[in-house]
Parts: sequence; C-alpha cells; structure tokens
Amino acid sequence: MTEVKRGYARPLDLQHGRVDMSHGAGGRAMAQLIAELFAKHLGNEYLGQGNDGAVLPAPSPGERLVMATDCHVVSPLFFAGGDIGCLAVHGTVNDVAVMGATPLYLAAGFILEEGLPLADLARIVASMAKAAREAGVPVVTGDTKVVERGKGDGVFISTTGVGTLPPGRDIGGARARPGDAILVSGTLGDHGVAIMSQRENLSFDAPIISDTAALNGLIAAMLASGADIRVLRDPTRGGLAATLNEIAAQSGVGMLLHEKDIPVQPVVSAACEFLGLDPLCVANEGKLICVCAAADAERLLAVMRAHPLGANAARIGTVSADDHHFVQLVTAFGGKRVVDWLAGDQLPRIC
Amino acid sequence: MKYIDEFRDGEVARTLAQKIAAAVVPGRRYSFMEFCGGHTHAISRYGLADLLPPDVRMVHGPGCPVCVLPIGRVDMAIELALDHGVILCTYGDTLRIPASKHLSLLKAKAGVGDKSGDIRMVYSTADALQVARDNPGREVVFFAIGFETTTPPTAVAIQQARAEGLKNFSVLCCHVLTPSAIGNILESPEVRQWGTVPLDGFIGPAHVSTVIGSRPYEFFAAEYRKPVVIAGFEPLDVMQAILMLVRQVNEGRAEVENEFARAVSREGNLKAQDRVAEVFELRAAFEWRGLGTLPYSALRIRAAYAAFDAEKRFALAYRSVPDNKACECGAILRGVKHPRDCKIFGTVCTPENPIGSCMVSSEGACAAHYSYGRYKDMH
Repeated sequence: MTEVKRGYARPLDLQHGRVDMSHGAGGRAMAQLIAELFAKHLGNEYLGQGNDGAVLPAPSPGERLVMATDCHVVSPLFFAGGDIGCLAVHGTVNDVAVMGATPLYLAAGFILEEGLPLADLARIVASMAKAAREAGVPVVTGDTKVVERGKGDGVFISTTGVGTLPPGRDIGGARARPGDAILVSGTLGDHGVAIMSQRENLSFDAPIISDTAALNGLIAAMLASGADIRVLRDPTRGGLAATLNEIAAQSGVGMLLHEKDIPVQPVVSAACEFLGLDPLCVANEGKLICVCAAADAERLLAVMRAHPLGANAARIGTVSADDHHFVQLVTAFGGKRVVDWLAGDQLPRIC
Repeated sequence: MKYIDEFRDGEVARTLAQKIAAAVVPGRRYSFMEFCGGHTHAISRYGLADLLPPDVRMVHGPGCPVCVLPIGRVDMAIELALDHGVILCTYGDTLRIPASKHLSLLKAKAGVGDKSGDIRMVYSTADALQVARDNPGREVVFFAIGFETTTPPTAVAIQQARAEGLKNFSVLCCHVLTPSAIGNILESPEVRQWGTVPLDGFIGPAHVSTVIGSRPYEFFAAEYRKPVVIAGFEPLDVMQAILMLVRQVNEGRAEVENEFARAVSREGNLKAQDRVAEVFELRAAFEWRGLGTLPYSALRIRAAYAAFDAEKRFALAYRSVPDNKACECGAILRGVKHPRDCKIFGTVCTPENPIGSCMVSSEGACAAHYSYGRYKDMH
C-alpha cells in the first residue's frame, strides 16, 4: 500500500502577500486565510467550534439582551492612536455599553479589497484581537468577503455586539428631564481631528491622537455608583452637537450648555480653527455623554474622574424645558447661540 | 490657543459691550452692515447680537463668496464635470450650492443618470495644481470663486502652471470684486432713494482688505457719507469696530478707520495686486446672485493666459438662470430682508435642502441664522 502524503500548503506570505479573489472564493485559500490569520489572532472557544454560528449560553432569568451593530469605514486605515481594527471593536462595544448593558460577544464581518497587503490585514486583525481582549468581549463568529480592486477602500469591517441588561435598568435617549445635568467623559473632537489632520497631511507640534477606546469599564463603574443615570450615549459621527440634538428630540426637552465648561484640547481647537471645523461637530470614539439627575452629578463626576478614561470628565450644561427642543450654548464670549445638527459633511469655509 | 483666545476673551467683550451701550445716544437707532460672511459667521457663532444694545442692529451683507455665485456659474462647473469629463477641483463650500435641475456639485459627484463627475475638494490652488500634475492624461479645472482674498492664489496657480508647462490645467474664473458689491448696495433704491434700508455704516472686510488695502473704501466714505471700519474676523474685532462706528455716527464723521491694523494697510498687498493685474482683467459684466448683472464687478483671465481659461478651452457659454421664485436670497443679500422674512426659511429651505445660496455656507445669512440664531424667532 502506498502512503498518501498530506498535500503541502505554502503558508500565507504575511510579509509580501496580498488579498486576492481566491481569498473570498470559499476554497482552500479562504480556509487558510481564516486559519492562519483570523483564527490565529481572534481565536477563542466559540470561534474554535468552527461552525456557521456560535452557540452561546442563555442570559440569566430576568435579564434582557441588547444588540447593536456598527459598520466601520475609515480612511486612512491606520491613524495616530489606532486603526480600523480596534475601532471596529470599540465602536460596537460602546454602543452596547451605553445602553447600560454588559457587552459579552461580538460578531465581525470583513469586506476586503483585492490587493490589500496581508501584512496590513494581519496588523488590523491583531489590533482587533487586542482590543477585544482588553474589553473582555470575544469575537465569536465572523465572515469574510473579497471585492475586486477599486470596489472597496482596503477593508470595511462591520461588527455586531450582544450584551445583557439586568432587570430594572432603564437607560435611553428619551429619559432626559428638565433640570438634569449633562456630563461628558473627557475632551472632545480628538478622533475626528486626528483622522482629518492625517488625511490632509497636517502635522502639529503636539500630535493629535485618536481617543478610540472601549468604554464598558468606565460605564460599569458609573452604573455601580448607584447614581440616577438617565441617558448614556457616545458622541461619534456628528460629535457632541448631533448627539445632544438627538437626545433633545427623543426626550422632548431643550438643553443649555456653557462653552467655557466644554473640555477641548488646545491642539484640537487650534487644528479645528485651521481646518475651519467646529470641535462640537467632530467625531469621538472613546467619549460618552451622560445625562443624570442633577443631585447625583457631582458624585458621578468623581467616579468618572477616578477612571483613566474619565479623567477630564466635566459637567457642561443642564437640560431645560423647551418645546422647540433647541440645544443652546452660552459662548465663552458671553452671547448665546443654537448648537445645531450638522448639514451633511463639515466643509471648510472659503475665507 | 495663543494669538486667538486673546480675541475671544469674554471679559474684554463685556467691557466693550458696556462702552458701546454707553456710547449709544438714547432714542437713536444704529444700523450697520457687516459686508463679509466671515463677520456674519463670527456674529452668529459667538452670539454677539446678545451683547449689543437693542438700538444697534446688524444687517448682513453680500460678502459670502458662495452666496453671490449665480446658478448659471455652478451649472458651468457641473457641465465641465459631467459633459467634458474633467477633474473639477473646488473649495469645499461650493459643493452644496443649488444649481439647475435640482443639482449641485455634490449631486453631480454622486452621479446623474449614467454619468458621474470627478469632483474633488481642495484646500488650495496648490492642491489643484498637484492633481493636474498627478493626472497628465486628464483635463483638470479649478473652479475659482471668491472675492479678492482668493484671487491672488488663483493668479499664482495660473502663472505656475504656465511656468511648469502644465498643459492639462485650466481655471473657471468666477472671481468678484468687493467694491462693486458695496457700491451696488449704496446705489440701490432701498438705501439711496426710499431709505427703507437704513444704513449708518459698514464693517469693512478683513481678509479682502489685507489684499486691496483700505484705500478703495475711501470713496464710499466720501461720496456716500458712510463710515467704514475695517475689522478682523474675531468677535472682539467686530465689537471694537461697532464701537468705532457708533462714535463716528455720533460725531457726524464718515471716515475709513482701520481696526484690523495688525494685517491691513492703506495700500494693501502690492505684490498680490500686481500678480492679479498680470493674469486678470475686468469683465464687462457679471451676474451676481441677489444683486443682478453688475458692470465691471468681476474678473476674467487675460488673453495672454487664454490657454488656462476653461471658458475658452471648453467653449462654455454662460446661461442666466433665475432663482427659485419663493427664495428671498436676493433681498437678503442686499440687506432689504431678514432671513425670517422669507416664507420658505426653515421650512422648505434648510441647510440640508438649501433652495437659496444664503442657506449653503455657514457664512450665509440664512444658514448662520438657522444654525445659530433661530431660537430667537420662536421664544
């Protein structure tokens, strides 16, 4: 009897190799990409089951499930302070956590563009794995597709998160009441300006670093304080302005902010000045807005400041009764104005 | 932020506000036009109107490059992108200006029928030149709009393209002139004959004046007896300028004063003026949104540089397109109406769906009032 030799498969060339169409075709090349790249970095007991889906334990009686999903497209893929990989984990973990839930599992979908260097992909997946480990939220199932060159932007990642919400906890955008305090967990605009200055090739004396981070730890500490938290939300796209307008509309209230109390790093406000942007409309990826009972505001701020991700937490304003649901701002200059939604993209002015 | 925060100091603002309040003669009303969109933006952004006494009223002027660009000009840019297949480079603000057939550059970029425009936002003319260098096989057109602030960089780009022998670069020149617009407002029947638009003075442009200097305004002060105070774009600049205007009015003076002396001289930037004069010449007539067709109010590219003139290169013809009937941008640009007087303001016409150009840029009177000030109409 002749011995059947196992077919030799050349390992993935993670130094010089590139994603090609076969990596999405369902054959050996795809299996290899999953085994040598995705499973290697993200591996855990659920992913290791190798099935089409992950079988997860049921929540405890009385608990409810929270599910959130987020698509990530960012150019450049790598930026100061992070990359699309960790961003894809943080974004969805934060969406689940701001519901007051404990994020438990993530699903990840990758759309890869033909020609993407495997080295870049490996770096992205490794960063994703690190972020998932740090947040304590494993990626339990995933999918990969490859699109032809020119039909993607390197890589798009879509993540879905599942978490559990204990009985009786009710946090949501419709719960802000007149008199409530509005808090932010730190400086605003860091992520958007980091991306934008890299895109425009602008360099500043002090580098601007994205704030991308998983907020579930900070939120757990806030919830444990027992403070009456009404709304939690992460001011991503559209920044503080969009998020507060959303909450004002959902809750049917107005808001009054004080510009001098809103934390913005000097280098970020300088960059915004330069680029013609408003830091209040710029994206954040590691900050949260909290609306809480005014009586609990100071106590909650102390808890936030004790956490590394909330060191610069501040009270920036108060919820008011307003049938028009305006978010207003007392400017540092002393006048008053509306803080409005952004119309489309922020575009730089001409003069 | 060093050198900027000093011009946004709330304490100084309060002191200035007190000085203005003290200077105002009881019972007298003061109406000042801030010509520039940059000033309109600063007034709205910092809530300056709240710091002024009720008898001092600010009227928004037409100095917003995006707002005065007529539909026909945007149509030409869209035609270049869609029908001539050029790479159209433009400043960000122009992307949303409403054009004919419910189009805008942004929509042309996304695609119309089976065509889509290669339209790219640039921060400077240098970026546009780079696009031309990087795409030698494509025609690259820079959509040049703006007042005298943006004109010198366009002139330099054209000269540089010639020096480098860049054959695929040209400019759709829509540069306009500040003094023409001011003159038109002062000559308008609402100001001159009927007096329905009371105008006691102007806050003169900041950046424009760094180029043209303060001298061109002397004619307005002398001929029309209107004080002009040139001011920077920071909120304290504007407050200081208002105080200076109130004092001029009280003392019966009509002079050109320069609050922005840190950047503006009487003669302006002569080097920039030379470059502009070398590349551009006056256009016999140019249509402005809101102000109509004004003689000698804009620039065109000189024959010596005709190779870089997109209008000639692509044989473009200008076609005037009337504004939407309900739109009051014209009257608003002349200071005759306030955004809240417009029937479609905030209902049909919003920053998401601008019908008129004043709703496009945050320098536009309507967009500024919508984004920053409309709560005042409702409370």
